[in-house]
Amino acid sequence: MTEGGRWVGAPVPRKEDEALLTGHARFIDDMEPVPGLRHAALLRSPHAHADIVSVDISNAVSHPGVHGVVTGVDISAATRPIPSAVRVPIDYYPMAVDKVRYAGEPVALVAAEDRYVAEDALELIEVEYRPLPPVMDLDAAMDDDSPLLHEAVGSNVVHHRSFRYGDPETAFAEADRVVRLDWTFPRYSSTPMETYGAVAQFEPAPDRYTIWSNFQGPFILHALMCGALGVPGNRLRLITSPQSGGSFGIKQGMYPYMVLLAAASRLLGVPLKWIEDRLEHLVGSSAASNREDAVEAAFRNDGTLIGLKFLNVVDVGAFIRAPEPASVYRMHSASNGAYRVGNIYVDNRLVTTNRLPIGLNRGYGGPQFFFALERAMDAGARALGIDIAEIRRRNFIPRDSFPYRAPAGAIYDAGDYEAGLDRALELAGYEELRAGRDRARDEGRLFGIGMATAIEPSGSNMAYVTLAQTPEERARAGGRSGGLGTCTISVDPTGSVTVKTVSTPAGQGHATVAAQVAADALGLTPDDIDVVTEVDTLTGAWSLASGNYANRFSSVVIDAIGEAARLVADKVRAVAAEDLEVAAEDVELADGTARVVGVPEKALPFRRVAAKTHWHPAGLPDGMTPGIFETAIVSPPGLGPPDERDRVASAVTFGFICDLAAVEIDRGTGRVEVRKYVSVHDVGNVLNPLIVEGQILGGFAHGVGGALMEEMVYDEEGNPLSGTFADYLCVTAPEMPALTVGHVDTPSPHTALGAKGMGDGCSMLAPTAIANAVADALGREDVDPPFTLNRVWDLVADGGGAG
Amino acid sequence: MLRIKPGTRHRVTVTVNGRRHGGFAEARTLLSDFLRHELKLFGTHVGCEHGVCGACTVNIDGRAVRSCLRFAVQVDGAEIGTVEGLAEGGSLSPLQEAFRRHHALQCGFCTAGILISATQFLETNPDPTEDEVRDMLSGHICRCTGYEGMVRAILDVAGGSS
Repeated sequence: MTEGGRWVGAPVPRKEDEALLTGHARFIDDMEPVPGLRHAALLRSPHAHADIVSVDISNAVSHPGVHGVVTGVDISAATRPIPSAVRVPIDYYPMAVDKVRYAGEPVALVAAEDRYVAEDALELIEVEYRPLPPVMDLDAAMDDDSPLLHEAVGSNVVHHRSFRYGDPETAFAEADRVVRLDWTFPRYSSTPMETYGAVAQFEPAPDRYTIWSNFQGPFILHALMCGALGVPGNRLRLITSPQSGGSFGIKQGMYPYMVLLAAASRLLGVPLKWIEDRLEHLVGSSAASNREDAVEAAFRNDGTLIGLKFLNVVDVGAFIRAPEPASVYRMHSASNGAYRVGNIYVDNRLVTTNRLPIGLNRGYGGPQFFFALERAMDAGARALGIDIAEIRRRNFIPRDSFPYRAPAGAIYDAGDYEAGLDRALELAGYEELRAGRDRARDEGRLFGIGMATAIEPSGSNMAYVTLAQTPEERARAGGRSGGLGTCTISVDPTGSVTVKTVSTPAGQGHATVAAQVAADALGLTPDDIDVVTEVDTLTGAWSLASGNYANRFSSVVIDAIGEAARLVADKVRAVAAEDLEVAAEDVELADGTARVVGVPEKALPFRRVAAKTHWHPAGLPDGMTPGIFETAIVSPPGLGPPDERDRVASAVTFGFICDLAAVEIDRGTGRVEVRKYVSVHDVGNVLNPLIVEGQILGGFAHGVGGALMEEMVYDEEGNPLSGTFADYLCVTAPEMPALTVGHVDTPSPHTALGAKGMGDGCSMLAPTAIANAVADALGREDVDPPFTLNRVWDLVADGGGAG
Repeated sequence: MLRIKPGTRHRVTVTVNGRRHGGFAEARTLLSDFLRHELKLFGTHVGCEHGVCGACTVNIDGRAVRSCLRFAVQVDGAEIGTVEGLAEGGSLSPLQEAFRRHHALQCGFCTAGILISATQFLETNPDPTEDEVRDMLSGHICRCTGYEGMVRAILDVAGGSS
């Protein structure tokens, strides 16, 4: 508990931990929710691009232990294509029908008595392919004569929109200095330790589907799945497993597989279980987009940033899979970053290639956006001879300007960016660090310092995805806005409290923080409160949001928990007031009791008061409904649809991050050693410092991986070369640099507890801060992650360095 | 030498966490699958099934071993320790307590294997340096924590934290 007697804000140990530490927590592969399960395995395409000439399943079907086989033709007859916000003629089915478009795309499903037998039978399916030229190079994919992924679209460019805010042309014409960087950003993936998994059951009379899974939905994706399966929402019941072994966004990308399993369950007449294996995950789940972008930044000589141009070319993979193109629009309305710049041009081209479709990954669109903006800031500083910290200080949105309306519509709730910068410089020992760089260079060593700052949006407005549509298209499609949070709190006849959240956590500790919030409101301890985080779309209250991503728990869900707890508290106080013969306003809930304010001996046990609402309705105040079962659905303020000038308030809260990295590069090996890394965060009021620190450390690990090691590599033929954990290298303990964390927290006026969403954190900035440090060390701006030995050694050999 | 024909099942008896368990396995049945789906001991998790991530690590006759790289029939008669056996008498082991205190787990999926490795590591190296702890952890992948809490927890239990 904090000194102020509150649980919120205290480093409460996690409720989740004991079951996880003792092996008693249950994940999807531990569950057999219905009898008669068959196990599914998927045949996946070995080709990146090929026509399917024929599929012969006869040998597989007759293999002992096999229940049945389903092909893409079967699935296309049983489902409808899954749409996205980009209105192009692409029929996206969860299984290839007449053509494969990436190596790893499902081609057939076998259901068998166990997974071993199912995989045996996969080898008995004979598929004849007619290979087509693979489309792997982004530039070539945009040529008029390129082979096409989707012939009906007529181009591999499936989406192209440009946006102007302010007067970018004049700003660039009047600039003293324009910095342009052409950059590539690698494709990488969050690879949670638990892969996708689902059990799907079709039942007739009436036709309905139930899917148990570790899905990070349901939200808007439930509606898309209903459309694909051709059922109303009450005939598609989604139930999430008690625990999910990490997600970082990527487990939203599994819904096509859930549609596939549901349809296959119907076709085969048995419930199906499918647990994705790691090899499947690395070629067939999802990834962040690789990009080949350019950024231009217009500066005055004094370092004032007066204009920005973002020229984005996004590889979406073989299909544009909802909620894409969200990754390129999540940051759009905050395209000015942490700066005052008002003149902005954005050009977005989304291109299909023969790679795995992209989707949510930690930071969702942030790593790519901030790579452009923050690389341009460091490059601009070097071009103008201004210190990298000073150029940011001169451009920051001043602390007295909040709430701040960004040119593209975001409303930044609160912040003190300069204080965050000062804290980072202090923690880094910036003057000494620079002196150390000078000494290192005098000795001929390659030493560099880089910086990056970010605003961290949280609690997405689901309307932002419709920026992919023109204002006219949006008008035709009807209104969409907001991002709702839901919570139900009940007190049962024994007086015990259960909180049900709709936030599909995957390790973030939502149960612990929910219990802290409810405990404060009800005068109980977190141990008194059980929290259920499993979602059941049929029996529990829930509503829409763009998805459970963008750090929405502490900006949106938390307010729903607080509101539901307030409703429960009001009822308990009203019941107690009658028994204590005082007014409800004079009753407080504290120490497990309902008691008279100022007269603590006049108290009734909370449990007894709450239980009375069930046991003795006649003894309740006049007009009160019996029982306690309170649901709150909250809509954050100010999240309207985009206006006719494509401005939209894209998120509820905006945190701030300031990262500083110092690296030394070994000339002999190309090894980038991170000598110092400082990260200062503004997360608003801290709900649980233990969990906040854990999120920051975890985000940093993803960022370091993206900066130094991780890349999903394909060869020119479209063969995935990083299909195992021996080839796709995740960061392990010895590779992790030390992280120094600081805070300059400004409470958010947009949330009841003043918290902001957090969690993406340094995953968005570490690739950029480290790239900036590498650029500084080498004295060149053409540096792109991942900074692997080969790549950096080539850079060193090619140009020397700043020393 | 024992020969098991493909497609036939063989009885495997093991002692897991001090209790005798028996079940059937084909020659190709992985120990990880045998523990989870035959013995219904779901505390051991499978993260990659090709020997890299370390999530499935169990203790076999005193050594930490990846259970996805063993066949069940290879361990007939062995003493196996899994995460379910670490908390004795219903109370968390000092290492489990330290993991909780130092927020060394988030989703907890990789944790079972790491606890098994770290427990055996501390038995053979009771006072490790931080580098040694990190080197031991390099046999495991965790995507949530950045490893910092684990390093602190293991050093804390070892008494090497200063």
